[in-house]
Amino acid sequence: MNRYTWRSLILEISLILAAVVFFIPFVILASVALRDTNGEAGFLGFTWPLNFGNFGTAWTQAAMGPSILNSLMITSVSVVLIIAVSSTAAYTLTRSTQRWSKGVFYLLLVGFIFPGQLALVPLYLAFASLGLVGSPIAVILINVAGFVPFAVFLYSVFLRDLPKDYEEAAVIDGARPLWMFKAVVFPLLRPVTGTVSILTALAIWNDFFTPLLYLSGSGTQTAPLSVYTFVSQYGANWPLVFSTLIISVIPILIAYFLMQRFIMKGFASGLK
Amino acid sequence: MTVTAPQTAGTSTRAPAQAARRRRRAMGLRPPVWFVLPAVLLYVAVVFLPNIQGLLYSFTDWDGFGTTWNWVGVANFGSVFADPNSMRAIGNTFLLTLVVTLGQNIVGLLLALGLNARIKSKYILRLVFFLPVVLTPIVAGYLWKYLLTPGGSLNSALEGMGLGFLRQDWLGDPDLVIYAICVAIIWQGAGYSMVIYLAGLQAVPAEALEAAAIDGAGAIRRTISIVIPLINGSIVVNMLLSVIGNLKQFDTVFSMTEGGPGSASETMATIVYKTAFTYLRYPNALAQGVILTVLVGVIAFVQFRLTQRKGALA
Repeated sequence: MNRYTWRSLILEISLILAAVVFFIPFVILASVALRDTNGEAGFLGFTWPLNFGNFGTAWTQAAMGPSILNSLMITSVSVVLIIAVSSTAAYTLTRSTQRWSKGVFYLLLVGFIFPGQLALVPLYLAFASLGLVGSPIAVILINVAGFVPFAVFLYSVFLRDLPKDYEEAAVIDGARPLWMFKAVVFPLLRPVTGTVSILTALAIWNDFFTPLLYLSGSGTQTAPLSVYTFVSQYGANWPLVFSTLIISVIPILIAYFLMQRFIMKGFASGLK
Repeated sequence: MTVTAPQTAGTSTRAPAQAARRRRRAMGLRPPVWFVLPAVLLYVAVVFLPNIQGLLYSFTDWDGFGTTWNWVGVANFGSVFADPNSMRAIGNTFLLTLVVTLGQNIVGLLLALGLNARIKSKYILRLVFFLPVVLTPIVAGYLWKYLLTPGGSLNSALEGMGLGFLRQDWLGDPDLVIYAICVAIIWQGAGYSMVIYLAGLQAVPAEALEAAAIDGAGAIRRTISIVIPLINGSIVVNMLLSVIGNLKQFDTVFSMTEGGPGSASETMATIVYKTAFTYLRYPNALAQGVILTVLVGVIAFVQFRLTQRKGALA
């Protein structure tokens, strides 16, 4: 059954056809973004010559540059904080033999159930009273707190199987807890840290709801938010809209192609 | 107790240090309590308490601004259940979750089974199927909105293939719109399910399949009787993620239709947002939020219990 038979060939051809169907929307995305209204209609809706001018117009009119920088800043700060607070918390919660640690762990797990919409109004009003509506700090705090249950859970699963020998040796040699965590435990956690950072970075970069609520109308826009604002204004101009869409996903596509191997692994191992 | 080194004696210079080490070893690891504080404080302040607050306020007439409020019992829930738009949103949310969970898992499993076989182009194909996953959901939403407009690509393609009679106003027809949105979500999520299934398939031993093949079991038979039971864990994880994710579905729906036409594609998540920030009816939005939370909680709990029972039997 390990030979390449005519069955394998049929399977391969049908999978390639499925891949073509999956890929068509991307082709159309490119063809509309490159459309020239005066151009000659050609294959698959592409016009000739290709018009790259839409990208320039989209870049300036949708102010994509600053939005992408904001998205990068919000995503990286959030991910670093998620890793810092969750890895340490998970460490104490899994290594502590005290009864309260189990209770705290369950308290965090309850966070998986909340859909976010229930806390919408109270949280918004709380941030409003602190004057943080319109500030990326609100979005970062919500991201970090929202992903703590998920990250602590993934770290705990990994920590439970991690032998304690190194830690005990370090403690016997008189290492302070924080130093011991940084020098001994955290490096051993690298695989989960990879999974956590990839999954949370993707979700935070793509998140639309929280920025829509806290940043729309403010000076700080994220990439998805800029796309939304721009589309509501220029809804009919599809070439311009699609150029904006492409620009907004370029950073994440670059990241994806650079880290493809790790991303696949991260998805699979973290969710198994 | 009697074994403890005589610390006060001080006859040997090594004794106190050794005793201290022994004591530390006896206590084992003492992970610092303050390690837990940043995560827990943040979580309690930003996630836990606001949710509890929302839960309590849903039983009051608090308007979101005033300093006064009265308990009104379940009146807010009564008006949500009496509101046809809210009921439609609940129905749509269930329908969308059911269709997407089934569709995404069937497509994802078929793709994973195909890619797990001996084929030459598996790496490039895996990349193509996974590409929609990394796309921002609202970008995917706008892309599909364009494909499905009356003069859009899908209708032109149908026309071109001589299937013009199948032309539809996919997003304008109240009976079709929710299914059109489901197709877009399945397109985006199938690669996600596929990767989890591929990981599960790594654990299926080749010997079992070879033995079955020798016994005369065909490819389909082998898949149903051996592979599917062995990847039970991946199926459960995939189902749980799809169900919970889609009960809260907002981005794709909002970018494709904003819940329209009328309330034909409204989901729980879009209607909570609109009730709170467009219609400014906070008590009703909170009641809708509670209903959504209870739905997610109950379904997640039931699924979790079923999983545990299955795991116990296996």
